[in-house]
Amino acid sequence: MTVDTKDVPTGLRWRRAPRRAPLGPLDYTRRWWMRLLVAVTFLLLYAPILTLVAFSFNDSRRNIVWRGFTLKYYEKAWNNDSLIDAFTNSLSIAVINTAVATVLGVLAAIFLWRFRFPGKAAYEGFMVLPIVIPEICMGVAMMAFFARVGWPTDLPWPFNLTSITIAHIAFSFPFVAVIVRARLVGFNRELEDAAKDLGASDWRALKDIVLPYLKPGIVAGALIAFTLSLDDFVITFFTAGPDTITLPVKIFSMVRFSVTPEVNAASTVLIVITVIATALAMRFQAPVRKLDSNEG
Amino acid sequence: MDSWRKNPLVFWVLNLSPSAWLIAFFIVPLALVWVLSFGEKRGLLDVAITGTLDNYARALQPLYLEIFWKSIWMAAAATLVCLIAGYPVAFAIAFAPNRWKPYLLLALMVPFWINILIRTYALIAVFRTRGYVNFTLEWIWDQAHSLLAFLGLGGYELIGARFVPLELLYNNFAVSLGIVYAFFPFMVLPLYANIEKLDRSYMEASLDLGAGHWRTFFSVVFPLTWHGALSGVIIVFIPALGAFFIPDLLGGTDSQLIGNVIERQFKAANDWPFGAALSFLLMYATFGALALRAIVAGRKQGLEV
Repeated sequence: MTVDTKDVPTGLRWRRAPRRAPLGPLDYTRRWWMRLLVAVTFLLLYAPILTLVAFSFNDSRRNIVWRGFTLKYYEKAWNNDSLIDAFTNSLSIAVINTAVATVLGVLAAIFLWRFRFPGKAAYEGFMVLPIVIPEICMGVAMMAFFARVGWPTDLPWPFNLTSITIAHIAFSFPFVAVIVRARLVGFNRELEDAAKDLGASDWRALKDIVLPYLKPGIVAGALIAFTLSLDDFVITFFTAGPDTITLPVKIFSMVRFSVTPEVNAASTVLIVITVIATALAMRFQAPVRKLDSNEG
Repeated sequence: MDSWRKNPLVFWVLNLSPSAWLIAFFIVPLALVWVLSFGEKRGLLDVAITGTLDNYARALQPLYLEIFWKSIWMAAAATLVCLIAGYPVAFAIAFAPNRWKPYLLLALMVPFWINILIRTYALIAVFRTRGYVNFTLEWIWDQAHSLLAFLGLGGYELIGARFVPLELLYNNFAVSLGIVYAFFPFMVLPLYANIEKLDRSYMEASLDLGAGHWRTFFSVVFPLTWHGALSGVIIVFIPALGAFFIPDLLGGTDSQLIGNVIERQFKAANDWPFGAALSFLLMYATFGALALRAIVAGRKQGLEV
């Protein structure tokens, strides 16, 4: 995916392939039917979401025709206590999840990268299991587990969210581990050895050499853990009690009853947060450049 | 890479907390469900583990086989649509000039970052009786109606006296469409990765030797990229079977995926042992599919060496 036009002066890049060159046999992107097909696919992909967002600003109760711009549904959503409660729950869970899952994920990534040990292949297999198994299987497993161990359900507010948070950490830290490990692949271990030769302890080398190098990977992993948690519906649906509704679960129950602009407004808020967080994560996770092994 | 013996203290300090979390809050819950699947329901929440295989046998009863068959059929239809629509998109991205590629891939991924539930909800507004598809059809009907009236054929009611909106929601068609919409990028990405790696001189040779684009696709491109298609099929089809919220929002009374049956056992029907058996059957199917993919990938590597 890397573009190898770095050495070409900017002005020349556009001229390398003349615009009106005859159509080559493999110039699929320049064929009208290919362009039409791709345009239609992208239109179908985006149109429903864009209409959903647009109609959260529409000054009409019915999501059908445009009657002018308004923010009244955001105001309504803001004054809907159960919706705000759900949103607060979601954010609280996501923040704690991010903190714990990032630490666990970084630890797991470092030790899997650094050590050889018997049964490592099996261990790595178990580690990616939360990523590959169908979400519903994990959801029912967490539900059965918390019911079986008699996890208290009537604790006061932030503590009643522990079961959901625990479940979120369990499925999101392997994602953090995968992202951080991808970053570690490009790490030059000689840097760590040099630090140790110069008298640094294991911890010092980890703290001053490895962690600073890993920082973009850690930030990307943390952002992904945040979005995964904020977005999760299936696993939360099985672990949530009547008092511990999160935003996606709330949206689900609202949508089952009716289609209202208020739901569109709540959805739009969630869309904006997750898209921004994921876009930031992608930026931090940008492919490792060659120079990185010389950075410190 | 060091052996763990070289530095056991560092090894254990790093290893302990992630491993403990994984075991306590993932492996143990899964094991619990596995054990439950061999149990019998005794009371409201009381399950006796008797080692019975009845729960698995029950999944083979005609009633459930019929549900599974329909579920597999809906998911398979959706997967096929993803595959057919995915190839051109993957092709277009792979053959696009390098400077466009990142943007095209991004354009494909962005809808995918949005909550799957919200995307499903977005489809309701498009397909319901008073949704955009029906508005467009009504507009076309109106135009046709006035045209017929203009031609003096208005009295014969050739296209009906009034526009009758199509019932596009709350049926199996809507569920399949919902699956396509939810999982489409999953299909395109592995296809793109494979087409990108494809040696284009094979295609040029085929086109030079007189094969058309279709023939080149079926005789050259597909045989060389089908393992990408297989990956795509697996990562669309398996999650689709469990996506219980899609039939809940878009389906009718008789459109259910395997996920809906599992969900009902754990919630409304409160028959955990049966639900546990079903969810493990779904897991075994997942493992089987992943193993198949690994074997295919391994064999392909063997051929290339």
